Amino acid sequence: MTAAVLSGEGRSPVKVVASAAPVVVLLWVLPYVLAPYKTLLLTYGLVMAIAALGFNLLLGYTGLLSFGHSAFFGVGAYAVAFMVKYLDLTSMELFIVGATVASAFVTALFGLVCVRYTRIFFSILTLALSQVLWSLAFKFFWVTGGTDGLRVPTPRLLGRAVAASEDKTTFLVHAYYSYVLVVFLACVALMWVIVNSPFGKALQAIRDNETRAEFVGVQIWRYRWIAFMVSGVFTGLAGALWVPLNGLTTPDILYWPFSGEIVFMAVLGGFRTFSGPIVGAIVFNYLKTYAVGFTVYWQLLLGVILVTLVLALPTGITGTAGQLLARLRRAA
Amino acid sequence: MSLLLTTKLTKHFGENRAVDGVDFAVREGQVLALIGSNGAGKTSLVNLISGLLRADSGQIQFRGVDVTAESVHGRIRAGIARSFQLVNLFDQLTCLDNVALSIFAREGKARKLFSLARRYRGIWEEAAEVLHRFGLDGKARMLAGGIAQGERKLLDVAVAYALHPRLLFLDEPTSGVSTREKAPIMDTISSIVRSQGITAVIIEHDMDIVFNYSDRIVCMHQGTILAEGTPDEIRRNESVTTTLIGTPAS
Repeated sequence: MTAAVLSGEGRSPVKVVASAAPVVVLLWVLPYVLAPYKTLLLTYGLVMAIAALGFNLLLGYTGLLSFGHSAFFGVGAYAVAFMVKYLDLTSMELFIVGATVASAFVTALFGLVCVRYTRIFFSILTLALSQVLWSLAFKFFWVTGGTDGLRVPTPRLLGRAVAASEDKTTFLVHAYYSYVLVVFLACVALMWVIVNSPFGKALQAIRDNETRAEFVGVQIWRYRWIAFMVSGVFTGLAGALWVPLNGLTTPDILYWPFSGEIVFMAVLGGFRTFSGPIVGAIVFNYLKTYAVGFTVYWQLLLGVILVTLVLALPTGITGTAGQLLARLRRAA
Repeated sequence: MSLLLTTKLTKHFGENRAVDGVDFAVREGQVLALIGSNGAGKTSLVNLISGLLRADSGQIQFRGVDVTAESVHGRIRAGIARSFQLVNLFDQLTCLDNVALSIFAREGKARKLFSLARRYRGIWEEAAEVLHRFGLDGKARMLAGGIAQGERKLLDVAVAYALHPRLLFLDEPTSGVSTREKAPIMDTISSIVRSQGITAVIIEHDMDIVFNYSDRIVCMHQGTILAEGTPDEIRRNESVTTTLIGTPAS
């Protein structure tokens, strides 16, 4: 059933937009209803959803499990920080362009090495390469700020800076949230087109049966490389959006546990559905925040949740919800 | 002139001479059966010609052009397609998707990243038409992993057929299906192949199918060609019957 959602010659875009419209309206009004702190958490969630969406192009659609997406997220964030530090830029649009170019360059390079392999070899290679970037950020402290990281002030959005009378939180909760939401919606729309394009079909074919895909004329290596780049650019873009929100970037976001969090998000939401990683990212963000506040053993708590999830709900939140919905429809 | 010609084609796996200096020719429009006991080198020969394996030495000419060093992709573009002994499908895609992907790839549209697949109406119509030819129209929306083995065998051939090949290799198209299903499957494949003028090479163990559906038979043994001829000639060939059955024909 869930596989069929990934398949088919695709639902009509009009129907998709119509079914997504209530969610978009809800996301638009939430900052006016929620407390500022919760809106900030939602902003983080939307940013991470872009990263998870990119990640899932590899896992859910191409069958490649990357344990190195922290690298691309970090490249996006550090690209922004370098633009502030060395070029004195403050425009969010330029940050996005810079982060996109930087992450495209790094993913293209990493991809040349990684996509020649699959399964554990691919996962380990992505992990190893991300750790190379982590160690560079860690050791070249005169460039990267080392463990202190690099500060990124609140950017100008479409030329508009935080007004003197405006408090930074209000700016982030309203103007920046709206900005992130627009970029998020654009990313969702773009990814939806990609996974429902002929190229998206070819990726799913590669995931299902590499040999056969090759024997219908799909050039496996090239398609994987492009998917890897698209995936990395989405994640880099998320890094660019994340860093002004956080105000600081440190080597932590290049470290492998951060890649693990992105994997967690996709598994939590359900990597076999398009919306799964989005839901997973938003839920994970709240889950982690409240777990940290609830106990000092929050990693243990998240670990237990992950194990339970894999054993009891292997299709994640959206997969399970879909199955329950189908069961209810049959019963009705 | 031969559509396909191999010269001294050789592939060894260590001490095992899977294909040992084979000169193999297929004429245009022919339906040729490749027979031999297990390990005779039939599938290895097809793997070499289709590009799944690289030859140690020898040459493969297709339509007069040397394709020995060509990639799989290059050979498909030249007009060589194949099905597989163990059905190779995209199980989590629908049957329609499976065939459509071949057409997307054939038309050079599979790399389109920013346009919806559903917009290519002509390709979906052609995919539906291919499924209809193979009697699989009722399965179009079903996942390929969820249909019966006989249907999967047909779909496997349909996916290769949708590439518009000049030469189609069918690796045991009826293996793993019930005796009752074999003839209908072969009738379907044979009628499509012959009506479209596709040259086909069938690897098969079932001698009834071999004799009923092929124009010419090549028998392999221990990596070499043991005999070649019409079905009647092969039926009377003592070395073939000895090799395949173990006793001379009476």
